[in-house]
Amino acid sequence: MKYIDEFRDPVLARRLIAEIRQEVAAHPEIRPVRLMEFCGGHTHAIFRFGLRQMLAGDVEMHSGPGCPVCVTAASDLDTAVAMANLPNVILTTFGDMVRVPGSQGTLQEIRAGGADVRIVYSPLDALAIARDNPKHEVIFLGVGFETTAPGIAATLVQAEQEGTPNFSVLSMHKLTPPAMRAILDAGEVALDGIIGPGHVSAVIGSDAWKFLPEHYGIPCAVAGFEPLDLLGAIAALVHAMAEKTPGVFNTYGRSVRPEGNPVAQQMLDRVFEVATTPWRGFGDVPESGLRIRESFAHRDAALRFPVEVEVVGEPPGCRCGEVLRGVIDPTECALFRRVCTPRNPVGPCMVSTEGSCAAYYKYGEME
Amino acid sequence: MCLAIPTQIKTIDDNGIATVELGGVERQISLIMTPDAKLGDYVLVHTGYAISLMDLEEAQASLEAFAELAVIQEAMEAEEVARMGDPSGAAEA
Repeated sequence: MKYIDEFRDPVLARRLIAEIRQEVAAHPEIRPVRLMEFCGGHTHAIFRFGLRQMLAGDVEMHSGPGCPVCVTAASDLDTAVAMANLPNVILTTFGDMVRVPGSQGTLQEIRAGGADVRIVYSPLDALAIARDNPKHEVIFLGVGFETTAPGIAATLVQAEQEGTPNFSVLSMHKLTPPAMRAILDAGEVALDGIIGPGHVSAVIGSDAWKFLPEHYGIPCAVAGFEPLDLLGAIAALVHAMAEKTPGVFNTYGRSVRPEGNPVAQQMLDRVFEVATTPWRGFGDVPESGLRIRESFAHRDAALRFPVEVEVVGEPPGCRCGEVLRGVIDPTECALFRRVCTPRNPVGPCMVSTEGSCAAYYKYGEME
Repeated sequence: MCLAIPTQIKTIDDNGIATVELGGVERQISLIMTPDAKLGDYVLVHTGYAISLMDLEEAQASLEAFAELAVIQEAMEAEEVARMGDPSGAAEA
């Protein structure tokens, strides 16, 4: 496939790995280079292509909180479950969300109990369900980062324009730079560089990460999801460390512009406003969420269908919070692989296909 | 969840809805966020919306930059092989 296959060239990949190792060898003071890949998609790509092992000893990769399903607070999940249980409601959501356990079970479980929960590929599919079911209230569970939120905003605007009254959104959207700041401010994990999320940056722009070199003095490389993309980003970060020239490097120029996608940003601004929101593992993070603006209040499921839920903690023994903050590797959790498996997940990092625990479980044997 | 796939626009209708192929299946996607996208262009698709217009020149530039790093490495590898072939370590001598 175009724009994919050429970024998988194994000969080039091997040489890039050798180049990275050589640069680290020439600058022993930076060894081991401790990098965080923010995005769960990057975590899986790094495992899948075996990059961790190939760089072992020279470059350490730490997984970040870049999995929207994983960072959804348990109490927010309970809110979704309570809404799905309301009479006359069809709750629509992306596939990953239905298996995540809240304190009142998963959406999948309550579907088995009779609630109408439907999985969609696109929020536009949810809007179509609303059109086809005018006597029902269709709620879309809005989960995702800056990549996903513009499409949900656009769907909400479309519902307004076409006059489909029974479509609303429960917004649990989150913004990635505030979470990155929260990790660095907490100082729980020492990091030398950040691999910036590729598809988030397609929307917000690579310039959105300038605060990393400017405020924290660490470099950031925005990367794509193929082996050459990731190796190119790692090489850029290692080089910046060796030369002590932190900056933002966009190694995913085919998809990401410095300024991002202005149309998508306008869409976000039209429908949402920034708000403090809870993240699993972090607690409330200031200005890290998107809530629906007052002008769209009639499409805000949180206002239209108020439900009471208790604030709950993590399942006993689950260390997803520390995994999400990059403080521990999944293998350091006592439940990992023994109790918590993809078939019987305790925490969300094992449920989501892009969760760190799922990646360590799936690819762990190869290490 | 932020998975997005580059794919080529096969048709566009008057409402900015395009037909593309995703994973072997034809799908309708919205081009509302990539207003400059034309027939035959590649766009990055996420949950039914194109979120970025792929830039061919930038793709080439990245590949060339990677290749440049690799060329330096290739030269060093060649040097290494030459040195190993000569026990004195002075390949040029």
